[in-house]
Amino acid sequence: MKNKTNILARLVKDIFLSNPLVFILSIICVLLSSVGIIIAPIMLQEIVNNVVEPALKGNLVNWQEPLINNIIILATCYCVALIGTFSYTQLTQNLGNNFMQKTRERCFSHMQDLPIKFFDQHNHGDIMSVYTNDIDSIRQFAANSLPVMFNSSFIVLVNFILMITIYSVWLAIVVLIGVIVMLFVTKIVGSRSSRNYVTQQKMIGKIEGFIEENMNGLKVIKSFCHEEESKKDFDKVNSDLFIAATNANKFGNILMPILGNIGNIVYIAIAIVSGIFLVLQGQNYNIVSGLQKTLEIGTIVAFLTVTRQVTYNFSEVANQVNSIALAIGGSKRVYALIDEKPEEDNGYVKLVKAKYDEKGNIVECPKDSKDFTIWAWKHPHTADNSVTYQKLEGDIRMFNVDFSYDNKNIVLHDITLYAEPGQKVAFVGATGAGKTTITNLLNRFYDIADGKIRYDGININKICKKDLRRSIGMVLQDTSLFSGTVMDNIRYGQLDATDEQCIEAAKLANAHDFIERLPHGYQTMLTGDGTNLSQGQRQLLSIARCALHNAPVMILDEATSSIDTRTEALVTKGMDNLMKGRTVFVIAHRLSTIQNSDVIMVLDHGRIIERGDHDSLIAEQGVYYQLYTGAFELE
Amino acid sequence: MTNSKSEKKVPFMLYVKTLLKSVRQYKKETFLTMLFVGLETILECVIPFIMMFLINDIEAYDPANGMQTLYKILIWAAVLLVLAGFSLTCGILSGRFCAFASVGFSKNLRQDIYYKIQTFSFTNIDKFSVSSLVTRQTTDIMNIQLAYFLVIRIAVRSILMLIFSIVMAFIAAPSIAWIYLILVPVLFGVLLVIVLICYPIYSAGFKKYDKLNESIQENVKGMRTVKTYVREDYEKEKFHKQAYSLQKFFKKADRLAALSSPILQFFMWASMLCIISIGSFLIIQNNIDGIENGMTVGALTSLITYGAQCLSSIMMVTMILTMIIMSLESIHRVYEVLTEENKLLLEENVEGAKLTNLDDGSIEYKDVYFRYDNTSEKYALEDINLKVKSGQTLGIIGATGSSKSTLVNLLPRFFEVTKGSLTIGGHDIKEYDIRSLREQIGMVLQKNILFSGTIKDNLLWGNKDASDEQIVQACKVAQADEFIRNFKDGYNSRVEQGGTNLSGGQKQRLCIARAIIKNPKILILDDSTSAVDTKTDAFIRDGLKRVCPNTTKIIIAQRISSVQDCDQIIVMKDGKIDGIGNHDYLVKNNDIYKDIYNIQNKIGGNQE
Repeated sequence: MKNKTNILARLVKDIFLSNPLVFILSIICVLLSSVGIIIAPIMLQEIVNNVVEPALKGNLVNWQEPLINNIIILATCYCVALIGTFSYTQLTQNLGNNFMQKTRERCFSHMQDLPIKFFDQHNHGDIMSVYTNDIDSIRQFAANSLPVMFNSSFIVLVNFILMITIYSVWLAIVVLIGVIVMLFVTKIVGSRSSRNYVTQQKMIGKIEGFIEENMNGLKVIKSFCHEEESKKDFDKVNSDLFIAATNANKFGNILMPILGNIGNIVYIAIAIVSGIFLVLQGQNYNIVSGLQKTLEIGTIVAFLTVTRQVTYNFSEVANQVNSIALAIGGSKRVYALIDEKPEEDNGYVKLVKAKYDEKGNIVECPKDSKDFTIWAWKHPHTADNSVTYQKLEGDIRMFNVDFSYDNKNIVLHDITLYAEPGQKVAFVGATGAGKTTITNLLNRFYDIADGKIRYDGININKICKKDLRRSIGMVLQDTSLFSGTVMDNIRYGQLDATDEQCIEAAKLANAHDFIERLPHGYQTMLTGDGTNLSQGQRQLLSIARCALHNAPVMILDEATSSIDTRTEALVTKGMDNLMKGRTVFVIAHRLSTIQNSDVIMVLDHGRIIERGDHDSLIAEQGVYYQLYTGAFELE
Repeated sequence: MTNSKSEKKVPFMLYVKTLLKSVRQYKKETFLTMLFVGLETILECVIPFIMMFLINDIEAYDPANGMQTLYKILIWAAVLLVLAGFSLTCGILSGRFCAFASVGFSKNLRQDIYYKIQTFSFTNIDKFSVSSLVTRQTTDIMNIQLAYFLVIRIAVRSILMLIFSIVMAFIAAPSIAWIYLILVPVLFGVLLVIVLICYPIYSAGFKKYDKLNESIQENVKGMRTVKTYVREDYEKEKFHKQAYSLQKFFKKADRLAALSSPILQFFMWASMLCIISIGSFLIIQNNIDGIENGMTVGALTSLITYGAQCLSSIMMVTMILTMIIMSLESIHRVYEVLTEENKLLLEENVEGAKLTNLDDGSIEYKDVYFRYDNTSEKYALEDINLKVKSGQTLGIIGATGSSKSTLVNLLPRFFEVTKGSLTIGGHDIKEYDIRSLREQIGMVLQKNILFSGTIKDNLLWGNKDASDEQIVQACKVAQADEFIRNFKDGYNSRVEQGGTNLSGGQKQRLCIARAIIKNPKILILDDSTSAVDTKTDAFIRDGLKRVCPNTTKIIIAQRISSVQDCDQIIVMKDGKIDGIGNHDYLVKNNDIYKDIYNIQNKIGGNQE
């Protein structure tokens, strides 16, 4: 409970801070807008008491003037209130929109800085729902619920004070009892309703999963004549949802009628009580000694209107229960994302553009320089404030590296390997043997538990993460393409590359031919992660991207696994072009792709169990030999 | 009548008629909802009317005769209390019935779509994408449920409220109530204009919004790529631009929509000013003129109440109208599925399609042509002539898109032959009962799909009465038994949704086992060993030969090694048979076959 209030408080604080001026202005306007609603019954009472009643009693002298005066006052109040309403609806709409925009950007920006670990540990659907559902529920809250609640509570409060001060304390107590009952009902029905909404949400998720699975498997269902069973299963899930949804809706639907009628009953109670007072007054029984003023008829009429307003506005507040619950749930997830710790980077060795001067020393070039010849590591020394430069080569060494994802189960044991510039190192092993994990350590998606990794002799912990990653190219099994043209996707490897350079890279990767055959060539739009391309084509594009990136170290993680053999021949050619002169780490399922590696490491349960080139491993007649001859299988 | 459906313009009433068929057993609840909402609304309108009498009596309070006033008040209060009680009961009942009616309707509708989809032929399935079918059964249904809820509860309420409050206003004070007759249509018009301006902006905006979310999804999925290329800042900038333009787009519409609240207030207060000034004037004037039954203070206050009710119900009506307009797209999408025509179904009942048993697994294609769509000029299959004896093995090889899968999909009648004849077991396939036909053809599809449940559950799809020995035997043939036994729970291990906890090769072998358990007359493996290594692949083929010698086996493959022992191999090219014969013959005489063979041997395709 405390947790919930904290989140709500933080949310309101953030909304306030997003634009304090507009927030305060909105509050003022909301208050102004309540004026009309509060003033109206008072004026009505004035008119009845001071104009109509005297006139009815025969006092007909000059009744038009006070009537007109009162009407003018009322009209002025309405005008002020109307301006208030107009301003606050516009302002809060703006505030809500801007806040949503800010929150969305804040989430996205923050997400970019989170470590890969976060994405590995969280379901992508869950991350997405922050953007699709949660942020919107916060907007609803900021733009609609918050002003309504504020407006209505204010009206309730002011009316209450009016009741006590100028009308009648005793009648006010009756109203208070009514409000307490309403509060109680809201708490009971509201909590049931929100609880059932949560269950309903869960069931919706379940049925979505079921439908997705069965739509995907529709052809299988048909080929096994499994339609009837599938219908039966569906009916079960569907009726589960039915039960959950009716429960949720039942409670949601009855809250308003209950509150409305409690309002009616309060109204009736007031009528009875005031009637009794009137009669008692008439008979001069002054048993209600606390009652200072005598009740006037006009007061009772006005009080009844005020009573309606109090109960009505209270139901308005109560009506926001679900939306508040949604906003709390939503902001909880939004804040969980925002509070997630960003990736730390303590590296200080930077990668810079450089060239050799006449003496053969490395000198740094400006950032946007075009005529640099090499990349170099810039190594500042704090001791004497000097800077040394070292050419980027692509020499990778791992010494006794241990690693664990969860600090409990060690997934890599004592890995030691050397990869000199221009060498090709291959990893072979079953799923879960730790092949991909090794590459995750190289670019510091994860940090090692023990041991050392050196890049060109520099401990990679000292290198700026961004620069380290810039120096390592990757082609992954699951190619990620982004909405945009083919050209845009290749250019992702180097944003300032010219079209010619992109095409050059595509040619190198053997992708040029198929791109030319696309409907609009390099300008073809890719949508939905490039679903309009075949797996092989996507792979070729990502190779082209990597080629343009032009890093001295490359990691190819199962880059050709789901490609048919014919396309693979094409891809392999592209990759061979790419690998020339670079340090390459290859992970592959098909042994044919790695046969020509300089070193092949066979991994098993996080340990290197065999190492050597193809011929020596075959001669060794160990696991690799068994794999190669097919006596043993990788799963 | 032609069958061509006009894609866009379906009369609204037709949508309503089609969809409402799904109300079924919830007709009673729907009716009761409307009844009780109606009663509740009437009571809600009557209550202020009675309150008027109450107030009038208080007004008429005469200190000399106090007890009588109190007595009157108590009577009115009792009446009101009873009415409030009724109103509460009606409100609760309508809320409950409405929950059942709207949720029940959506349950039925979802069921109808799901059942309908189960009858789809492959042509129908391919027409809709999987994700669109999912959306139609989830988001769209939810939208329709909301629309239904709004119509049977809120719309009934608002419209009744509107009518009653106007009527009551006239009863209370006929001399002033006419003001509402002017204000109501004007307010409705103004709100409608706002809706009509905003709707297109919103509907375009939501599409942009979907795009934005798609690009977030892309980013989340491609995070490794983003980080590898150190493009975090670039992505932030890109996102900022997109999000900013979206927000600017929505802002206009949101501000316009936000106008409706001050507009309503303006009308409400303007009417109140009129009523109070005219009303007070009339009350006094009537009194001066000595008109009986004229305007009273009570009438004035209840007129104000009715006025507010009537104007806010106009607001509700416009809101509901907006929601219905917004849900039209969903309604259309659901309607499309419900009215999708399935030609196969029509022919299923044709006389003579009664054969339930395949005599053997012999197959003959005679001059078979096939196209997916009767209007397209290009045939996906052309001039197919092929004979396979029962128990033989047929290999099919060819490039992607050469219609290999299409060729075999004709056998279980997933697609219907356009021209020519297709005979199985000596009878034209149209003579078979479609279910029996499919039950006797085992098919392992290219996309191997397992369902959440245990491994055994999945295998039992082939034959629900299969014994444990049969299951194990099939798995042994499919080379799956060993890895299944290595799982902690063996055959009872769970398969996660989408089979994510199994490797590609494992899934393929389970799918093969599932088809073998069927003990079919014809077994089709559509590129189903691509993720299995060559040696295992060979074991599977040997096993099949051994265990089901009488089953006709059709193997579609990418690898020559998978088909080279087949009795007969066909090479497909652009929907035609390019070569037919055994391995030795094709290597010598068919260029395509020779090419594939050379490539695969050169790069060592045999040693995977």
